[in-house]
Amino acid sequence: MTSQTSAPPPRTFAGTPPSAPRGLVDVRRRPTTWTGLWFVLPFLAFYALFLLWPSVVGLGYAFTDRSLAGGETSFVGMDNWRESLTDPDLYGSLWNTLWFTVLSVPLMVLLALGLALLTDHARRLGWFLRLSFFAPFVLPVAVMTLIWNWMYNPSLGLFNGTLERFGVAGPEWLFSEDTAMFSVVIATAWWQVGFNYLLYLAAMQSIPKDVYEAAAIDGAGVWQRIARITLPMLARTTALIAVLQLIGSLRVFEQIYLMTMGGPNFATRTVIQYIYDSGFVGLRVGLASSMAYIFMVLIIAASIAQFRLFSRKEG
Amino acid sequence: MAAPATTSAQRAASAPARTPRPSRKRRVTVGSAALYTVAALAGLLWFVPLLWAFATSVKPEGETTVMPPSWFTPNATFEAYAQVLGRGDIIRWTMNSLITTTIVTALTLVVCVLAAYGFSRFDFRGRGWLFALVIGGILIPPQVLIVPQFVLMTQLGLVDTYWGVALPQVVAPVFVFILKRFFDAIPRDYEDAAKMDGAGPLLVLWSVILPLSRPILTAVGIFTFIGAWNNFLWPFIVINDPEMMTLPVGLGTVLGQYGIQYAQVMASAVLGALPLLVVYLLFQRHIVTGVAGAGIKG
Repeated sequence: MTSQTSAPPPRTFAGTPPSAPRGLVDVRRRPTTWTGLWFVLPFLAFYALFLLWPSVVGLGYAFTDRSLAGGETSFVGMDNWRESLTDPDLYGSLWNTLWFTVLSVPLMVLLALGLALLTDHARRLGWFLRLSFFAPFVLPVAVMTLIWNWMYNPSLGLFNGTLERFGVAGPEWLFSEDTAMFSVVIATAWWQVGFNYLLYLAAMQSIPKDVYEAAAIDGAGVWQRIARITLPMLARTTALIAVLQLIGSLRVFEQIYLMTMGGPNFATRTVIQYIYDSGFVGLRVGLASSMAYIFMVLIIAASIAQFRLFSRKEG
Repeated sequence: MAAPATTSAQRAASAPARTPRPSRKRRVTVGSAALYTVAALAGLLWFVPLLWAFATSVKPEGETTVMPPSWFTPNATFEAYAQVLGRGDIIRWTMNSLITTTIVTALTLVVCVLAAYGFSRFDFRGRGWLFALVIGGILIPPQVLIVPQFVLMTQLGLVDTYWGVALPQVVAPVFVFILKRFFDAIPRDYEDAAKMDGAGPLLVLWSVILPLSRPILTAVGIFTFIGAWNNFLWPFIVINDPEMMTLPVGLGTVLGQYGIQYAQVMASAVLGALPLLVVYLLFQRHIVTGVAGAGIKG
């Protein structure tokens, strides 16, 4: 550990790459004692027991035929890995997860940006708009899915009922392989966009007013000010939101599980659900663990790639 | 909203000058009217799902499936709420959520604050790599560990218990990172006076650092609370006994139970939404500034 002198730590957020904590740990101040360790210990105990230990043990399980139903466990070498890596259903669920991510990330970044711009300009409605755009974020997932499943109901729901009034036959929403994923993405956007929206709003309101005033004096209209000042100054925030949203979207499970159970015909089954199905329905702990590891490696790789890209932009 | 004082002649007169436009007011009448209309409509549109849930929940059961759907019923009733509350599940689940969420929030705050303080203010052997290890934990998606975590819970005998739900959720490396960053920014001078008076490290933390960290502590607390309250996957796995279910897990089973009694289903949804909506309304300011200050995501 080199002592990184008095240069201020780089301004980073929650996602600093794990390989670069140097600038963050300033070692100069205190002589080495054990006191600090006592403070860190409780957290480390939780961390070791509930995160590290399962990670290590899970890796071990992946080389056995351990079953959740009990019974004898024996070492099976690479069998689980071979089975996972050649399992078309795993690739199917990976594809569904990616498809959800590809659809939801741009939508939830751009929608958040749009709603925040709207709120930033319609200041007098600020309280109302913040309430309506952010409130869904605090709803438990099951509340969200109960409401949206009801609205999506093909024969009795609000959407198709309203469309019918205009003589339009509505889609099957969650009940068709073609529309199920889109329906889930729309509901997810309504539910979760509020967080990204607040991040954008906070960033917009920290842009100094005189920049806008100077631009106004130079005759820049509203759209020009948005394009030339607001958007460029939001680049960092956009990168942060995109990273967080990507990681969040790759981990999708619960709203899809509650809305479609992964159907119809597995068209919306995500990787996490497949791991759940293999472990808790199929009871195959070993197989589920190997899948979990394959997926974990993919997620970590994606996160690190994003962080790299992101920190390059910063520097 | 109109600007009666400025006649069009005056505006025309000031127009050629062009530079320091005093004509903000004109945009209020033209552009802003459109802007505010769009904003108000978007805000209302976002409320549609919640309003529709409420509209359905106050209909008599026979009217919920009448097509085309109507927003108002002349026979509004709270019958569905009475039915749902009378069954008692939802109250039980809410209590379970309250208990587990309180444990998670309290433990997370204590454990993460101590760790952040330790990493921020002390040098000790292994600090560098321990901190790197903690930060690396941010990358591990806990969702992929459900199987070994569940096996661990069976071994510890914590399946179907409050502790089983709560304990694994206490591991929140992100909060250690955020809190440490905040503590790092507090100048050391503040602590010196206390130390001169002979205060030990715990007292310094309690009487100097924590009072200065109130906004970040509130933000971390609120987000831990929301995250734990709404966590679905882990309680869903570790709880099988309907008596022990948390609110989100219990509500997930509602559709199967009440079937096509949509007024009751929506009444449960509204009741399930209420606790955190109230928390949100109470803490709105802290949530907004918390997001602004930290960029936390559970």
